[in-house]
Amino acid sequence: MSNDMHSEVSFDSIREDFPILKREVHPGIRLTYLDSAASSQKPVQVIEAMDHYYRNTNANIHRGVHVLAEEATFAYELARGKVAKFIGAEKAKEVIFTRNTTESINLLAYTLGRSYFKQGDLLILTEMEHHSNLVPWQMLAQEKNLRLEFIKVTDNGTLDLDSYENLLKQNPRLVSLTHMSNVLGTINPVQEIICKAKESGALTVVDAAQSIPHIPVNVMNLGADFVAFSAHKMLGPLGIGVLWGREELLDKLPPFLGGGDMIKKVYLRSFTANDLPHKFEAGTPAVAEAIGFGAAIDYLSGIGMERIAAHEQLLIKYAIERLQVIDGLSILGPDASQRGGVVSFTLEGVHPHDVAQILDNDGIAVRAGHHCAMPLHDRYNIPASTRASFYLYNSLMDIDILVKSLQKVTKIFG
Amino acid sequence: MDDLYREVIIEHFKNPGYKGVLDPHDISFEDENPLCGDHLRIDLRVDENNKIKEAAFSGHGCAISQASADLLLESIIGKSIDEVKKLTKNDVLELLGIELGPVRLKCALLSLKILKAGVYGLGEANDDLVEEE
Repeated sequence: MSNDMHSEVSFDSIREDFPILKREVHPGIRLTYLDSAASSQKPVQVIEAMDHYYRNTNANIHRGVHVLAEEATFAYELARGKVAKFIGAEKAKEVIFTRNTTESINLLAYTLGRSYFKQGDLLILTEMEHHSNLVPWQMLAQEKNLRLEFIKVTDNGTLDLDSYENLLKQNPRLVSLTHMSNVLGTINPVQEIICKAKESGALTVVDAAQSIPHIPVNVMNLGADFVAFSAHKMLGPLGIGVLWGREELLDKLPPFLGGGDMIKKVYLRSFTANDLPHKFEAGTPAVAEAIGFGAAIDYLSGIGMERIAAHEQLLIKYAIERLQVIDGLSILGPDASQRGGVVSFTLEGVHPHDVAQILDNDGIAVRAGHHCAMPLHDRYNIPASTRASFYLYNSLMDIDILVKSLQKVTKIFG
Repeated sequence: MDDLYREVIIEHFKNPGYKGVLDPHDISFEDENPLCGDHLRIDLRVDENNKIKEAAFSGHGCAISQASADLLLESIIGKSIDEVKKLTKNDVLELLGIELGPVRLKCALLSLKILKAGVYGLGEANDDLVEEE
């Protein structure tokens, strides 16, 4: 037995930790979940950590001296420490809890807009951004009269670095891009891109919503100034995300939302802002969600991100191999070696909604549509695509089920 | 086979009888389903008695939305504008002969929405047009 197969056997037991995977979605038909790029499923360890919190600890944090408040505060800050360690951050206070990646990027657009950008400044994004790393900057550009330019995407689904070099000559003030495309699966050479952005004096932001859940990411090695991601895509609960930033930069930014916890002192007509990370966490935060997030990180760390990445690499290689031979099926994006566990495709003559609907009858959950990346679909002149995405709980057999069902689709529409 | 993809739906999707554009036309209206980006245009020609003489649809979309457009246009030939105005969600569902969840319902009703916005001469299509009275 090869090493690959050894490791595959141990991934089989991982599935036992995810109660939802045992569910029948139609009578007699078990769920095949291939939509983790939208949101991941949760292991029992995460569900129980949150349940335990509500049964035993529930209280508001950072105030009150009773046992529950102290335990809740400790657990919340412990989760922050786990996140910091997981992403290789130097200090826990550089980890800001938000609602999700979208809110993290909006926080940045809002606070940089009030303190950093001047009229006419250039921001560089890419053509493959999720709407969450596009619309907040569009809103800011409109308000402050900034310029947006885009690193082009090649036919192959990778970034055109020559177009980037040209943009760099125009002295950008910010470069913000996705680490891994949620449609193409492409893993971008962010280290190189950030390095060049810094040489030209720009701030750098990485949307790591699709990368941190699936591959080892160390924010210090990445070299970025800010990194955003969400818990729910990495086995954690919905409703909590992270903005990581360098302390000296976060210190310079004005606060985002105003209210409780983000202040040191409040007078009738003024206030002084709290220290990091509280300065950016106004109001009662998602405490149970932070604890669930911490449990998710424990779970991922227990298996190891290298092993998870290798498992997904095996799955995506197999998936692309099997999908390629289906009549009329075209895969978007690069070779398996350049991507994570995401594959989007079109099927000639069949609308993605019809594909997804027929797959659903076989219990298969995929995503159909533009996956919050309309400009990228315009780039390829297609209205929509169907996307299958994998995670540690998926198996080669799931891909066999997908392929069999897709063959059914081509038969119905053939 | 799968209920949602009954033969009649696949047949109308693959070999539509009313696909195309009418130029000139008496009534034309187009709109999108923002959920999935499906785009549909409907052209109509009416006779001197205000009855639908010819109808055609164009655009792109899923099998459900394309088949429902074809079935709908087939059903209105010879009908008066007033009769078309009275068409409801149930008329379309009867033509399709299937039950639909809320998401796919929007696909099925896109053609009715566009048809009604056209015959009412409205500036924009509205979901109210396909709600039951």
